[in-house]
Amino acid sequence: MIDGTTIRSLRDDIASGKRRAADVCRDALTRIASLDPKLHAFNTVVGERALERAHAIDRDPDKRRHAPLAGVPIAIKDNICTAGVLTTASSRMLEHYVPPYDATAVSRIEAAGAIVIGKTNCDEFAMGSSNETSAFGPVRNPWALDRIPGGTSGGSAAAVAAGFAPAALGSDTGGSIRQPAAMCGVVGLKPTYGRVSRYGLIAHASSLDQIGPITRTAYDAALVLNALSGFDAADATTSRETVPDFTAALDGAARGLRVGVPRELVADGIDDEVAAAFGTALDALAARGATLVDIALPHAKHAIPVYYLVATAEASSNLARYDGVRYGFRGADAKELRSMYAHTRAQGFGPEVKRRIMLGTYVLSAGYYDAYYVKAQQVRTLIRRDYDAAFELVDAVAMPTSPTAAFRIGERAVEPLQMYLADVFTVSANLAGLPAVSVPCGFTRGRLPIGLQLTGRHFDEGTILRLADAYERDTNWWREEPALQGHD
Amino acid sequence: MAPFTRDDVAAIAALAHLALDDAEIDLFARQLGEILSYANQVQQVDTTGVPPTERVPTDHVTDRDDRLQPSLDRDTVLAAAPDANVDRGFFRVPRVIG
Repeated sequence: MIDGTTIRSLRDDIASGKRRAADVCRDALTRIASLDPKLHAFNTVVGERALERAHAIDRDPDKRRHAPLAGVPIAIKDNICTAGVLTTASSRMLEHYVPPYDATAVSRIEAAGAIVIGKTNCDEFAMGSSNETSAFGPVRNPWALDRIPGGTSGGSAAAVAAGFAPAALGSDTGGSIRQPAAMCGVVGLKPTYGRVSRYGLIAHASSLDQIGPITRTAYDAALVLNALSGFDAADATTSRETVPDFTAALDGAARGLRVGVPRELVADGIDDEVAAAFGTALDALAARGATLVDIALPHAKHAIPVYYLVATAEASSNLARYDGVRYGFRGADAKELRSMYAHTRAQGFGPEVKRRIMLGTYVLSAGYYDAYYVKAQQVRTLIRRDYDAAFELVDAVAMPTSPTAAFRIGERAVEPLQMYLADVFTVSANLAGLPAVSVPCGFTRGRLPIGLQLTGRHFDEGTILRLADAYERDTNWWREEPALQGHD
Repeated sequence: MAPFTRDDVAAIAALAHLALDDAEIDLFARQLGEILSYANQVQQVDTTGVPPTERVPTDHVTDRDDRLQPSLDRDTVLAAAPDANVDRGFFRVPRVIG
């Protein structure tokens, strides 16, 4: 079985020869076949391709023993390009799109020995907070099938929570790795902007997007981040900053680390059970030796409007490429070029994507550019400065990942503004380019997972992973598994 | 802020190359108005002398050597197009001038 397994233990078993990579892969595929019809975490499963590659690992003793992710099954969000494998961004626009190249993140984890098992369902073009905007239907939360898994990397988070794979890649533009990780009871890390190449990530908002891991533990997130990180000539925004071994700092100690708590920000509009779990998590960090410090992030309350102005502006520009000419869907029967564009886009995009293209086009249009786009980018500077000031005092900032646990499918889908408010604690890390991790920190009475978010300094994923790992050593939340029954 | 009219929505849709139907125009007129009136809270923030964020600093070097690099194969790329003449190396589109 693959459920409950961490990368760390799986790696040891495969390296020592205790388990064969092909058997691990087959177990994962069997579990997916049995349970995924209930969850719809995957858009595409690549069983044969995965097994071939797993056999290749088994035949290569050197790689089997030494490649850091040798034989580890991994699920890839369907907005990350995989050469020769459908990559749809959960949109009709790319329903039949087969990329001619791999994203750098994919080629790097495969070079590290990981086995891609499939492409996970997500919100269309990674726009949403619940996975309900997928053109192929929502993902269901493994902890409660009538609830959303979070978004936009909901399929990736559900796949790890359901034990389909010990790791998945997601992408995070405003919380899309961390929020679904929190709602599915797993670990999700958004690296520092520039840490991981975006080459081959289907662009949503280029100054905010970042690829990162979803795993069961902080240690496993560190292992995957090791493989993903570093300069890439194909993405000019990647950093040449040294990439440390992120597992090296995970020694269980939190002593001497100062954790900032923006009390005012987290006092408003959060669910009582989330607030209680957050308070208990802070106590646990303090018990491990961390010092809690009250801090202020006075402009963070404006992060949602700033985010939706900046992200939609960038999205409207990025999505201009879907014009029915070079790849993807083309609308039928247009007699003339402009009408072909307009009908292709009207038929190929779903409602949330159209809404954001409209908003972004408006925000960038003559007469409104200064009032909305430039103003939002100025407030973004103030949000970044708040964090700069906070990081003079503390080593990490703690918040709940989401103000509520997973809501019911359909509950907020009608009103976009209500949905946007779900991102209140996650978007500011993207606006400031900071790394942030969500780690399981408890359950509601209704047995829905709750996440603790830790945000760190630029390129200091090490500290937040160290805190998350130390926290995991005192708590068993990450060991909990949803009760899923398939037809084995 | 004034609410969005149907004409406002139609004008933005034209800029965005989106052929919206009547129901979508009505829906977006209401929803974009609501979202923007919420987003308008940024106007209350004093940003005198604050530079807009143009990029998140990542200490990167964007220059590279000007060397020939392999790129995607032309036929492979054209094969993904909705309509292409692979032999002659063209994407095909409907007529441009009506």
